[in-house]
Amino acid sequence: MIKITVDMDACQHYGQCCFEAEDVFKLDDAGKLTYVKEVDDRRRDAVEAAADVCPMQAITVE
Amino acid sequence: MSVVIVGAGLGGLRAAESLRANGYTGSISVVGDESHLPYNRPPLSKESLLGGVDVAALEFRRKAIVDDVTWVLGSGAVSSDFAARTVTLADGRVLEFDGLVIASGIRPRRLPIPGPQAGRHVIRTAQDSHQLREDLTTAQHMLMMGAGFIGCETAATARKLDTAVTIVALDAEPMVRPLGLDLGAAMRRRHEAHDVAFHLGTSITEFLGDGRVQAARLSDGTEIETDLVVEAIGSVANVEWLEGNGLDLSDGVHTDHTMRALGTEVPVVAVGDIARHPNGLFGGAPRRIEHWNMPTETGKRAGATLAALLEGLEPDPAPFTAMPSFWSDQYDTKIQSFGMPGIATSIAVVDGSVDGACIVEYSDDSGLVGVVGIDRTSDLAQYRTTLMGRTVSA
Repeated sequence: MIKITVDMDACQHYGQCCFEAEDVFKLDDAGKLTYVKEVDDRRRDAVEAAADVCPMQAITVE
Repeated sequence: MSVVIVGAGLGGLRAAESLRANGYTGSISVVGDESHLPYNRPPLSKESLLGGVDVAALEFRRKAIVDDVTWVLGSGAVSSDFAARTVTLADGRVLEFDGLVIASGIRPRRLPIPGPQAGRHVIRTAQDSHQLREDLTTAQHMLMMGAGFIGCETAATARKLDTAVTIVALDAEPMVRPLGLDLGAAMRRRHEAHDVAFHLGTSITEFLGDGRVQAARLSDGTEIETDLVVEAIGSVANVEWLEGNGLDLSDGVHTDHTMRALGTEVPVVAVGDIARHPNGLFGGAPRRIEHWNMPTETGKRAGATLAALLEGLEPDPAPFTAMPSFWSDQYDTKIQSFGMPGIATSIAVVDGSVDGACIVEYSDDSGLVGVVGIDRTSDLAQYRTTLMGRTVSA
């Protein structure tokens, strides 16, 4: 499994990550980011891409 | 086999990652004129001015696949010879390459305005941000030249530090080229509500002061007293080191849709702010796009192209269709955009009003070309989907 951490102090809720891995990252109706903290290894490329496009570089993938 | 990447910013990093991800196993050297590993620049006009510049904290995460990259930092490229396949650095070193990535980016445009130099700032590097912060902490007043995104973000940051701000710009409204007149005017009113003064439609003709800027004279004769000046009036592509090799350097480096530089048979690609590339979603005309997401998009494509060329293969012929996107935080307002609102011929507010939360559609005769949301991030996703569905041209 891949462990995902988002630094919610850094996150500005731009939602760029959602377009790379919409099954993992979502903006709720209030525009706040929600995310799944563990995903299958097969989603690694998508989750890495989501971390890459974060303007605040707030996403850590382990 | 060796690749030299000139430019150690986000585009250079993404190109290195993409070369490895696409199977290139030869050596990679990344040349940077700054002494820092690739770091994130948007905070330089915001958090770094408020709390100080911590470059280590701004460094991009470097993936394991680029662990064996050689970082050649602190000395930029000054010339290149494609026939000999060499790049010469400022310190005299000569690097040989089989493939070259142009990622040398842009620098702030400076105008030859007479008067004292001390107290004049730009914002591009960590060092620029550090120097500006040192002056800002004691300044009563900041004069901002330019009303684009960097100028407006820096103005908002200075107001948080309780520094008085005057913005001088030739434009009719702040951020008018991407946002249009109505939304630009609404953003001006937001700044005015935070006591930012505007002198629009004017320029600075002279700086006044004894050894250091103490005032500026405008084209309409007005004199403004100030403690410091920030020049944020656009950018110039760092192409000088590429001259003499047959490239089209008229505005950045002209590339095809694979990011391959036009005008040479040598395997050379360009990425990021400097790459003037076509986008099939928006008619295919080559453009430089200085949005934060483009170094990643062009870097991925350029790495794949160069890896193929070095294997003697044809690069992927698919059109380039990455979605340009920008965002900006000013006071409590969050601006976000998809597409190319700057090329629109008609603009319509479709939801809300420009002085509050709203969605603005930008169109030309081909249909919707861009969207801007003010404090409406979660509603913009559907517009991105619509824009991704535009007819693609080669």
